[in-house]
Amino acid sequence: MFSFGSKQSDSQGANQAPQPAVLFKTTVRIRSRAANNATEGVPWIWVCAGALVTILLLIAGLFGVILSQGLSALWPHQVIKIQSENALVLGIPMRQEEGTDPNTNARQIRSLVYQANRDFGVNEFAFVSVERLVESERPSDVWFAERREWGPFLGRIQSTEGSGVAADVDPKTLPAMLLRGAERSKQLLDIEKGALADLNTKIEDLRLDKKSLERQLEAGAISDNEANTRFSIVESQLASVTKDHLALSTQVQELRTVDEAIKITLLADNGQTKTLPVSQILRVFQPNSLNWIDRLGIFFSRLWGFVSEEPREANTEGGVFPALFGTVAMTIIMTVFVLPVGVMTAVYMREIAKQGTLVSLVRIAVNNLAGVPSIVYGVFGVGFFCYTVGASIDQLFFQEKLPNPTFGTGGILWASLTLALLTVPVVIVSTEEALSAVPRSLREASYGCGATRMQTLWNIVLPKALPGVMTGLILAMARAVGEVAPLLMTGVVKLAPALPVDSHFPFVHLERSFMHLGFHIYDLGFQSRSTELSRPMVFASTSLLVAVVLSLNFIAIKIRSQLRKRFEGRGAF
Amino acid sequence: MLNPADLPSTFIHPETSSGPAQISIQNFNLWYGKSQALHAINLPILQHEITSFIGPSGCGKSTLLRAINRLNDLIDNVTVDGDIRVGERSVYERHLDVTSLRKRIGMVFQKSNPFPMSIYENVCYPLRVSGITSRATLEEAVETSLRSSALWDEVKDRLKRSALDLSGGQQQRLCIARAIAGNPEVLLMDEPCSALDPISTAKIEELILEMKGRFTVVIVTHSMAQASRVSDHTAFFYLGRLIEAGPTKRLFENAHCKATQDYISGRFG
Repeated sequence: MFSFGSKQSDSQGANQAPQPAVLFKTTVRIRSRAANNATEGVPWIWVCAGALVTILLLIAGLFGVILSQGLSALWPHQVIKIQSENALVLGIPMRQEEGTDPNTNARQIRSLVYQANRDFGVNEFAFVSVERLVESERPSDVWFAERREWGPFLGRIQSTEGSGVAADVDPKTLPAMLLRGAERSKQLLDIEKGALADLNTKIEDLRLDKKSLERQLEAGAISDNEANTRFSIVESQLASVTKDHLALSTQVQELRTVDEAIKITLLADNGQTKTLPVSQILRVFQPNSLNWIDRLGIFFSRLWGFVSEEPREANTEGGVFPALFGTVAMTIIMTVFVLPVGVMTAVYMREIAKQGTLVSLVRIAVNNLAGVPSIVYGVFGVGFFCYTVGASIDQLFFQEKLPNPTFGTGGILWASLTLALLTVPVVIVSTEEALSAVPRSLREASYGCGATRMQTLWNIVLPKALPGVMTGLILAMARAVGEVAPLLMTGVVKLAPALPVDSHFPFVHLERSFMHLGFHIYDLGFQSRSTELSRPMVFASTSLLVAVVLSLNFIAIKIRSQLRKRFEGRGAF
Repeated sequence: MLNPADLPSTFIHPETSSGPAQISIQNFNLWYGKSQALHAINLPILQHEITSFIGPSGCGKSTLLRAINRLNDLIDNVTVDGDIRVGERSVYERHLDVTSLRKRIGMVFQKSNPFPMSIYENVCYPLRVSGITSRATLEEAVETSLRSSALWDEVKDRLKRSALDLSGGQQQRLCIARAIAGNPEVLLMDEPCSALDPISTAKIEELILEMKGRFTVVIVTHSMAQASRVSDHTAFFYLGRLIEAGPTKRLFENAHCKATQDYISGRFG
């Protein structure tokens, strides 16, 4: 604009005397643009945009770190053999850092190498001074074996099969051997977790029946005669079940003997060997002779194992399926409780109760509840749900099992109810907002058609408010999934013996303690044998938790937009 | 401009007070909190004829209309005095079931307000809330009312589609179909064309004229032309008072009160 103005004055100045009016106009324009910037708040727009960008970068960085570290934990890394001045190390390089040499006290750059082979008299982690490194190579014949126990193994694998003399296994026949081993252990596991577990449950049930009969006899509820006949029935059942159990156990023992006879020998780099059943080995590969496709295959197979398998080795290895299942199940149970209670409360407060001081006070109280620290809810949950409600349920319905508590201790139901309590204010507040946003004209139309208040509420107001209710639910779920503190007291455990849902009647066992991803992360990070060892699992679990939160939110948002679409036209019913 | 004190007392032309009255408003007063919105209204509304309420904004015509089906009950702090009878019964009777009263009175609002449901369900709504579930009855009622509101041909192929996909004029005709689906005795219309374009307005006026003889129609309107086109009787309200009521032709050509003449000829309002 400035150049345009001055050009104009130039051309005019060439023809006639310079016109001060034009110059004046130009300066005014420049000034007014600066003034406009200030009045239109341009600097403020930049400040706000800058704040937004900062936050976005922080979030992206957070997700980036978690995701890259988590996925890297599952990647089959290469193995290096390092010869330094004072040691020979075979392992996976983890990272470089600056540290102090314990002998010379000098500062040095050193590399942390994961050597695995915990049971071969080797430190799992070794520091190698980078400066004193003599040579390093990537031996292509090194095997990496994931084992059921004692963590991974790095070294050579030998077998005595065929020749009877220990020799390196043929890389081509090894997968087939492992597959057969996996089939054998699956067969064993199926019996142990299936038929044998069923029999165990039956024995326990019969034992409880006996106890209940004893109690009834003591109380005089049944006659001696009746008690005797019923006792003998239970006893005979117990005898037959115990016989079955014994037979099955023998079968399991035989299978196990067969399985353990097929062995393989691991030879570590330091010359130590260990012989173990083939079925103890879960996955083997030669990390230095893999191509990209193999690596990706191993990565995805590990990823699938991570989400679908049970943890091993005090949670530092294996999968997190029980924790994933527990997290999702708990969130769903919480939703089942929080949605109706929250919505009904909000409907009463907004639609039915007479608006006045009392309702305002309740509203303030509800808003304040949302700000109470979650640990307080945990304390309340354990005191009220577990020890009061749960103990009463045990007294009434599970007397045979006492003094072992059934509901009178932490469990997924109590944890879900505690979280429901924690998140119900969010649902109430957003439902109330959604209700008050329903246009008056719709209510009037409904009343005008002769609908009662309840009909109007049910057919018109609530459906219209549903997207708003969903918003509240999304917020509530997002908060509940990430909450760990109240769970510590109300039923989360490091390792749950069984899932809350299984094939035993009544199929859903709400009294059971459960595993949770949030707690799993805490447990791995701070309670495990070695933080260095569990670090990859911490990041992998964190990525999974973030993924769970995001996907639950995504589902809820999808449902909400579906509802919105319905209420803004476009679409069939 | 007239002061309340200068207002003449209500003048009702004999043609409007003779004949069977469907609604009779008797000495009706209404207060919002402490401010009085309606002052001693006396007005008969003849059966199966079309009566329009005219007057400047805030004169109480909509309030009176909403008093007839007790929609004012939804507003806090409304008190009334006097009586309104629809048919034989008083609408302010002590133990009256308000919902059954509203079922006898259909209502169309200023802004079309279809429910966020299908076209079919919108029209069914008055029947559904009355507990009618028979499919045949519902379908018949939907077709009849949509035909009466001249919407059937336009929507018969998409009855299950959302009512919100219709155009503004169609939505308002749908609201009319909904209002008459329950076969009411009275149809109240609160400025039904004020948010519509001239073509939609013409269609709705046509509909209103067709309603004559089937329903007792009361229509509140800001448009003098509309009142003169559609109504048999007109009532002029000013500052919460009924000034004059009579046959539309008489009022528009030769009103009794000067205030009415002034308003109709556009000298104030």
